[in-house]
Amino acid sequence: MSAVLNAWPFVIAAYGIALGATAALFGLSLVALRRAETRADALDRKGKS
Amino acid sequence: MHRFANPARFVRLARPLTAWFGAFGIVLVAIAAVGGLALTPPDYLQGDTVRIMYIHIPSAWLGMAGWGGIAAASFAQLVWRHPLAHVAARACAVPGAVYAAICLITGSIWGRPTWGTWWEWDGRLTSMLVLFFLYLAYIALAQAAGREEGGQRIAAIFGLVGAINLPIIHFSVLWWRTLHQGESIGLTGSTIDSRMAWPIPIAVIGFSLIFLSVVLMRMRTLLAEAKVEARMRRMTAS
Repeated sequence: MSAVLNAWPFVIAAYGIALGATAALFGLSLVALRRAETRADALDRKGKS
Repeated sequence: MHRFANPARFVRLARPLTAWFGAFGIVLVAIAAVGGLALTPPDYLQGDTVRIMYIHIPSAWLGMAGWGGIAAASFAQLVWRHPLAHVAARACAVPGAVYAAICLITGSIWGRPTWGTWWEWDGRLTSMLVLFFLYLAYIALAQAAGREEGGQRIAAIFGLVGAINLPIIHFSVLWWRTLHQGESIGLTGSTIDSRMAWPIPIAVIGFSLIFLSVVLMRMRTLLAEAKVEARMRRMTAS
């Protein structure tokens, strides 16, 4: 079957989706965390002052 | 376990772990990707398409482990009323759904050159698709529940009941012998040649560490949002 279909486009697509989705999940979670903790810290400072 | 019931104590511990898990996970996934793409030999029958295995197996494991995390946290919520349990269960849901989706998509891409089809209503494929839909339902339920205790309990019960699907996925290849291959990696060994198998544990550990790092980030996000919400409520009341 590998003689009929070139395997590499399938392999590259699979790796691209898996690694891309993992990077997006990690990056978006990090951005959401930074945003939420910055907001909480700002309110903490406001409460103390 | 109740030592970490205090959110401030949990965040102090989670902060360095998030970074370490993320960094080690990225390094291990990079090693496994290089190994899987360039250092392992092609399969005698499948050729180079077998390289999809190095990302398909970890995503299948994490799709199932994510729901295992939801079920364990739901149990802790219902039985011990652990204050962080609902946060932990919610934090597992989105990454679990992402890896269940990656498993389905990479499996479909692997299936086209190997089986000659993108999709088949085979026991393993269908039960994995059911798991993905369970994740979507849990995310909607937990989101709707918000901070209301009754709603959180319903989400926890759903998390426990949904775990019934995990043994169905695991044993599906034995119960319905259709298209998906049988078990090739068990607790006692593997039927995969060692020259091809070595990147698999590295990939599984690497992706698992990234998953844990994401879960910790999401838990910290939910706790920070709850803190902001409580502070705003107090400010409005005073």
